[in-house]
Amino acid sequence: MSQALQYAFSGVTMGAIYAVVAIGFNLVYSTTGILNFAQGEFVMLGGMIAVTYSRFMPLPVAIAAAVATTAAVAALIEAGFIRRLKRHTLLHMIIVTIGLSIVIREAALLIWDEKVRSLPFFTGTESSSVRVFGAAISPQTLWVLGTVFAIVAVLHVFFRFSLKGKAMRACSANPQAAMLCGINTSNMRTLTFAVSGALGALAGCVISPMTMSQYDMGTSLAIKGFAAAMLGGLGNPMAGVAGGLIVGLAEAFSVSVLPAAYKDAVAFALLLCALFVKPHGLFPERGSIAREA
Amino acid sequence: MRAAVRHALPMIAMTAGVVALQLVISAADRQFYMTQLVMALYYTIVVMGLCLVMGYAGQVSLGHGGFFALGGYTSAILTTRNLAAHLRPETLQTLERIGLLWSRTDLYGAPLATLAPWPAFVAALLLTGAVALILGFPALRLKGHYLAMATLGFGLIVYRMLLGSAFTGYADGITGVPPWRLAPGVTVSGAMDNRIVNYYIACGFLLFVLWFLRNLTGSRHGRALRSIHDSETAAKAMGVNTPRLKLQAFVISAVLAAAAGSFLTHFNGGIGPSEADAMKSVRYLTLVAAGGMANIWGAMGVSLALTFLSLRGVFGVYDHAVFGGLLIVIVSVAPNGPGRWVADLLRRRRPTVRSSGAAAEPAT
Repeated sequence: MSQALQYAFSGVTMGAIYAVVAIGFNLVYSTTGILNFAQGEFVMLGGMIAVTYSRFMPLPVAIAAAVATTAAVAALIEAGFIRRLKRHTLLHMIIVTIGLSIVIREAALLIWDEKVRSLPFFTGTESSSVRVFGAAISPQTLWVLGTVFAIVAVLHVFFRFSLKGKAMRACSANPQAAMLCGINTSNMRTLTFAVSGALGALAGCVISPMTMSQYDMGTSLAIKGFAAAMLGGLGNPMAGVAGGLIVGLAEAFSVSVLPAAYKDAVAFALLLCALFVKPHGLFPERGSIAREA
Repeated sequence: MRAAVRHALPMIAMTAGVVALQLVISAADRQFYMTQLVMALYYTIVVMGLCLVMGYAGQVSLGHGGFFALGGYTSAILTTRNLAAHLRPETLQTLERIGLLWSRTDLYGAPLATLAPWPAFVAALLLTGAVALILGFPALRLKGHYLAMATLGFGLIVYRMLLGSAFTGYADGITGVPPWRLAPGVTVSGAMDNRIVNYYIACGFLLFVLWFLRNLTGSRHGRALRSIHDSETAAKAMGVNTPRLKLQAFVISAVLAAAAGSFLTHFNGGIGPSEADAMKSVRYLTLVAAGGMANIWGAMGVSLALTFLSLRGVFGVYDHAVFGGLLIVIVSVAPNGPGRWVADLLRRRRPTVRSSGAAAEPAT
């Protein structure tokens, strides 16, 4: 029983991170129609930048600065580059974001190196643990879950009640109509990229003490996040949370049945199943451009 | 008659080029280029096959590294697994007489009986074709870019499985794959004195693929495929069975990748899991995009040149970065390929007399 609980906690922790990546994917996809393959790279950047900053400033400030920096990088990528590719087809856009992810990764390899690094644990050390219903979990797990919960709550409020959030939703529902209502859709796209960059970076920071940060961590995160987004229903930001938790739990429990080397394969197998059985996800988003694409 | 000659002319020129290149390399006493050249030729076959899926069917596949590895590993496993202990001697003899088995003694004189390279090759193609069919059937029925995701997931599963299974030798892969005797004196192997023969084997295979793809894309099927790339709705309205055609293109291209993988495995004498790495698949995709998407000649030229340079280590630590950067630059500056881009630039220079020609150009 307590072992199952242990698996469940580790699954939910990783699942929460996949969920954040999935939210980032969905945000960009629903407002711009782009499948951003570089989403995982934002998580990597967040972690790496925070590690570097933490040498010069206290941890909370370093994390905030890293999130801001990554958001700026994401916004810059949209405003300086993707915005200029409007006439391109979906095929081209996919290829461009694949190229971007390679370039970001290789740039990270040049700026830092191939070494694994990590932020210190936010509270306690790597050996400290908290007992929850008989399962021993690291305090960092609680930080991850708390942060992800906060992200989801803030996003929910943002989309529901703020003017900017409503404008973003309008862009996703119908870009042309949004433009006619006086919404600057181009700026909304940039904002979406910035927000998804910030989300990814924050996830990269909270997970860094547990799974470490490395220049090439982005690809597998991007794919698992994507699997989560697909499972939940592409284009529906909050459905990604459910998808992420499913992927994380499936992965964690697979270790008890299959050799650990196949752990990563489980997420992809789940993605394939999702594609074949429920291609529009468990909670398909109605009426957004996601459905028609 | 003249049309037939005109159609055959590029192929004849290609063949002449192949021979000329060999003579130049031999004359310059640079035979050691041959090894990387042969590898580049096999990788280029994968790129040309992918060109059919991306350029003509308009679908993104991120799993061609996986198909390549599937072909290579199937060949490698079947031609190295010793069956001597599992089969009765008389069965062994019968199977060998019909050419399915190949008995010999290993390094220590113990009896070694494995499947012969030919049946292993056929098995590799059939297996890969079946996998592509299973993967493509549901994914290609959906709109959008579900195939990109499905193949990306597939490639990663293959990579993880190869890396994590004792059966495939973990990270070491499989070594000791025997040479493949195609005909007397014609053997696919990496032996030093066999380099020129292997160059011609690889070129022959490449020319065959080029001939096959040129005929395919020029046929009724090819035109139907191209219409899907331009507008799927319009193609459907004209009565084109779009999912079926896309699936056919996808399976053909996967089988080509597996064939190249099988050949290269025999040439290198082994294969490792890095062949299924996501970065490999991205590379194939880059080369198709850099060649101009629906342009087999472009894909072939760019792929041969860049893969050869990359294998020679010209790009050093910037190897991946060069490919990523190239992808971004080409797709954003010249989405129809560098050839078309240069042609457009030249046309813009000329006076407006020819502008009517430019306007009539089909949008791709």
